[in-house]
This record gives sequence, structure tokens and C-alpha cells, in this order.
Amino acid sequence: MTARTAWAVLAASAVALTAVGCGERPQVINYKQGTYQGKPDTPAYSGAPFNGNRQQWDNAIATRNQAQNEYARTRD
Amino acid sequence: MARMKFLCDAERCIECNACVTACKQEHEIPWGVNRRRVVTLNDGVPGERSISVACMHCSDAPCMAVCPVDCFYKSEEGVVLHDKDLCIGCGYCFYACPFGAPQFPQTGAFGVRGKMDKCTFCAGGPEPDRSEAEFQKYGRNRLAEGKLPACAEMCSTKALLGGDGDVIANIYRDRVTHRGKGGEVWGWATAYKLPAGSGAQPAPGAAPGAPVAPAPAAGGTKS
Repeated sequence: MTARTAWAVLAASAVALTAVGCGERPQVINYKQGTYQGKPDTPAYSGAPFNGNRQQWDNAIATRNQAQNEYARTRD
Repeated sequence: MARMKFLCDAERCIECNACVTACKQEHEIPWGVNRRRVVTLNDGVPGERSISVACMHCSDAPCMAVCPVDCFYKSEEGVVLHDKDLCIGCGYCFYACPFGAPQFPQTGAFGVRGKMDKCTFCAGGPEPDRSEAEFQKYGRNRLAEGKLPACAEMCSTKALLGGDGDVIANIYRDRVTHRGKGGEVWGWATAYKLPAGSGAQPAPGAAPGAPVAPAPAAGGTKS
């Protein structure tokens, strides 16, 4: 084997070894520290009955909030 | 933007456990899992205090910090939620939580620890809002219906307040202003500020300005 052939074999092996890595797929979930990994959630006001109307939802929550204040409800 | 919080008025809580029952009923919580519970200090002693405890939806939540699979997230309203599909039931969040909020259903003969379950502030989880899948995994999504948590709205004495932190803090401040007293006085007349001349008798130990005698130490007498 000439030196030229040896170099060719070495180069081909290096290319082959490098290419093998390209086909590798992760076998386990790769958790990223500090980042939520689950499914995305939608805002509370996105669906019915508010259909994305943030202001309407805010008003509904504010009304419910104040309903907890019996001094406001029963003040004479 | 609302930042949802719970606030329990220890002056008013009568340990009726209606909040616990409301939570169980609303979300069909299985046996052994208590998203909310009532803790009483100095039970049976004049001056006892009860407080309803669940997930406090911390601004800097320890459970989120320690979760090895990062299944926690925080909603726009500051509600701490988690993805049960990702949870591995390791229990780290239980050790980290100062309130003992994370619960682990134990199903099967050998006490298998299931996926973590906790108070969702009635906000469901990462499934389509008000879907059957969301109800099965996380319970009812009352926030999506424009309602506040069932425990707070069901509270008969309005000891447990839930909602926008600023609003409920103002409600509590208003309440304390009406009482005109701090936590050193105990009883119904203090908690509800009976109007003058109503004929109602204040509870024993609730005389204005009269501090309650310190509770005897638990565990017997000192030598």
C-alpha cells in the first residue's frame, strides 16, 4: 500500500465516521435546565365564552373579586 | 395584569373545611389527594387559629426551581401549573415546597407514587381549555369561565380570599381597618365588627383591647 492509498483510506474513514454522526437521533429527552419542557398552554380568556376578549375576562374576574368583599356588598 | 394569590384571614377561619370539600367536589379529586387542607394551631385553646393552606402560587416557586424535568410553568396570571404528561413523580417538588402543596396519588397495592397533583387555582393545565382531557388530568378550569377558585368563592365566612393579589390585599386591608385591631384580640366580635348597639354579646376574650392570655405550651409543663 502506497502512502497515497493510505492517506485516501484514512480520509475516507474520517469522512465516514463524521457522516455516521449525522444519522444519530437522540434516544432520550434532552432537558434544558430552567426552561419549561411541556405542552404550551393558552390564556384563560382565549376560549368561549370570552373568545380572546381580555377586557371582558378582566371585568368578569374583577366582579368576582369584589364579590368577596362583604363590606362593599352590605355597606349601609 | 392580575397576579393571582390566595389570602386566608386567620381571624375568620372557623375550620369548617368547606374549602377542602369544595375543592374535592369541583375537581373530583381522588381519595388520598388533598389539594387544600385546613391547619389549626393551639386547637381547642382560646385563641386558636385556623388557616386554609394550598399551593400559594409563589412568585419565585421552589418547585419550579428543583423540578428535574422542568414540567412547571407559570401562566400570565402568575398561577403555577405543571404538565402531568412530563412529570415523573420523583417528589422533589414536595421536598422543596414550604407548604406541602404537591400531592402524590398512591394507587395500587405497593403504594406506587403517581404523577404530582396540586392546586391549579382552578386554572386547569396545558390541555385545551374546558376539555375532558383537562378535567381528567387537572380538574375544572374555572378561570376560563371567568370565575375564581371554588374554595375561595365557597368560603362561608369569607376567610379565604382568592384572586388578584392587589384586590384581595385591599379587601383585607379594608377589613382590618373596620376591626380597628390587630391579631391580639380573638373572637367573632373582632372578626366581623359587630355594629355598636346591636345587642350582640362579644365572644369571651374579645373585649376591646384585652389581650388574650398566652396559650399554654404543648407537651406538658416545664420543670
